[in-house]
Amino acid sequence: MKNKVAITGNEAVAQAMKQINPDVVAAYPITPQTEVVQIFSSFVSNGQVDTEFVTVESEHSAMSATIGASAAGARAMTATSSQGLALMFEMVYIASSLRLPIVFPVVNRALSGPINIHCDHSDAMGIKDAGVIQLFCENAQEAYDNMIQAVRIAEHPDVLLPVSVNLDGFITSHALDVLEVLDDETVKNFVGTYQPEEYLLDAENPVTMGTLDLYDFYFEHKRQQVAAMEAAKKVIEEVGREYEAISGRKYGLIDAYKLDDADMAVVVLNSAAGSAKGVVDELREKGLKVGVLKPRVFRPFPFEAIQDALKGVKAVAVLDRAETFSTLGGPMFADVRTALYDLKNDIKVVNYVYGLGGRDLRLEDVEKVYDDLANIIKTGRADKFVNYLGLRE
Amino acid sequence: MATLKELSKFEERFVGGHRLCAGCGHGISVRMVLNAAEDYNVVVGCATGCLEVASTIYPYTAWNCSFIHSAFENAGATISGVEAAYKSLKRQGKIDKDFKFVAFGGDGGTYDIGFQSLSGAMERGHNMVYVCLDNEAYMNTGIQRSSATPMGADTTTSPAGKVIPGKQQPRKDLTAIMAAHNIPYAAQTSISNWQDVHKKAKKAFDVEGPAFLNILSPCPRGWRYNTPDIVELTKIAVETRFWPLYEVENGKWKLNYKPKKYVPIEEFLKPQGRFRHLFAPGNEHVIKAIQEEIDNRWLALLSRCGEPQELPAK
Repeated sequence: MKNKVAITGNEAVAQAMKQINPDVVAAYPITPQTEVVQIFSSFVSNGQVDTEFVTVESEHSAMSATIGASAAGARAMTATSSQGLALMFEMVYIASSLRLPIVFPVVNRALSGPINIHCDHSDAMGIKDAGVIQLFCENAQEAYDNMIQAVRIAEHPDVLLPVSVNLDGFITSHALDVLEVLDDETVKNFVGTYQPEEYLLDAENPVTMGTLDLYDFYFEHKRQQVAAMEAAKKVIEEVGREYEAISGRKYGLIDAYKLDDADMAVVVLNSAAGSAKGVVDELREKGLKVGVLKPRVFRPFPFEAIQDALKGVKAVAVLDRAETFSTLGGPMFADVRTALYDLKNDIKVVNYVYGLGGRDLRLEDVEKVYDDLANIIKTGRADKFVNYLGLRE
Repeated sequence: MATLKELSKFEERFVGGHRLCAGCGHGISVRMVLNAAEDYNVVVGCATGCLEVASTIYPYTAWNCSFIHSAFENAGATISGVEAAYKSLKRQGKIDKDFKFVAFGGDGGTYDIGFQSLSGAMERGHNMVYVCLDNEAYMNTGIQRSSATPMGADTTTSPAGKVIPGKQQPRKDLTAIMAAHNIPYAAQTSISNWQDVHKKAKKAFDVEGPAFLNILSPCPRGWRYNTPDIVELTKIAVETRFWPLYEVENGKWKLNYKPKKYVPIEEFLKPQGRFRHLFAPGNEHVIKAIQEEIDNRWLALLSRCGEPQELPAK
């Protein structure tokens, strides 16, 4: 049974959380995630979930309590944005190193300062090296679908890592969208019950968690986290296939849009991929061979899938909604460029930083990117490889 | 209350193999507190600090019960999550055993960086016991001052120098601050009196809701005393009224011990290297200030406890 509903991205996330029915949610309100916590608290108040809702006093405590709950053997979640994720930063590393399958939506928002409440990906990029799986969502439908799949990915015995589900603040979180939701029973069966191997509330088998790891074991434990990340790629694809069977919607590591015969590609995360696809449709009508690559997964970085999808193109533009201040462009640019380095053909890869602090990505901006790529192919050279889109300079 | 013999029959949760210093108050305090949980299953949470690093060096553990450490400033929040999981799983019939929850933090992880997370946990009413093992400085990082460090103490960030004679400010009164959270039980105790520790820990475990225990837990490295004298030292702390024994049960303050005579603070300061400089000429005013503070706080405590406001006879 499929139901079409008109809800916002935040409502879609809260709806998914309701159907997953986690044992514990510990969360703190922060714009633009606030609604998720509010809506979910009404499910708790009305007895629509079995969840113990911990109304913590900060995001640091939100992730700490979620860690405690998950370690205790509960299916546990939190949700955050921007400064909240920054405050959680320390605990995100600990969640992943304790191998706790915590699922947490991140409603992407720029980091201070200056303070700004609107969308960019600087919050998500802050935890890209924390050992957390990062799923990105183009719209409310994907936010809903990814939340449900995230539970299965996180809890897979080969993975056991936290999964963050990223959606664009205000653009996706607050805009009304039409999407299909699954019925409660289907979601319940899909996510199944959580039975950890070792947990604090196992009276017969007490366990010590969060030990001191010196130079004799720390390195090995980090290596195991890398192995889990490697294993996650396969699991994400498997779970995607299973989810397709119940929803009819296809999910893999990346979403390759009209790339089969493309000469030029834009690589972009989240909602901006929708705009890019629209531009591609128009340019295709004019006979231009253009496409879009939207990584669904940013961590682990699906470099094999990206190599495969981009191996035929001549020029690639990576659009980053975050700065690194390295003076070498955005975070995704560095990774995509690295992934393409070993391909035999000489693919030109350039970077565009866009949309910081909620600056709109206009269709003209995307068109300009494809114009630039055409020019690079024509001349065989790129003047600048780091560029800023829609910036007053 | 259980006799020592009866107590000895309960299974120890904190066992051999830890690497705490000889003459450290933490191991003694932890064993005393956990004994009061009697036969319950226990989950221990721990802030980063001496207790945690000395007891969980991978792949070893000195914990004969479930134990979790996540970070320095969040023992309150971490155990909140464990307790919330327990409530949820119990309600849903996913587990059937009964558990008690306890968090241990040093004074750094409790008075200072962990204060917010502790306050949040207490305010939310989790059914947990938070125990501060107060050794009066950041001992694990090498004896830096905390807000629990007494005035005049020589620490590595409040060193006794030519101009400044040790820590300038008096201690934060955390037990009173915890009592002000209107939690069902808050108490201050000392390992010099095992019955006091046991009674209070048992009450803390028995109440429904959050409980807070503040235990004076000497540190041989930071305090610089003769290690076998640890218990004697905590006794002097109580006799000098530096560390009064009291409890606040459902808002009602009660003094548990009233020294019979006036023992000057010098008796507590003298055996400790961290206060040695106070006995050099020119620093008399610091000892005087410490004594004044103790007397004033004592009178305030008596007033809260409904006792006649008088200092012990000299």
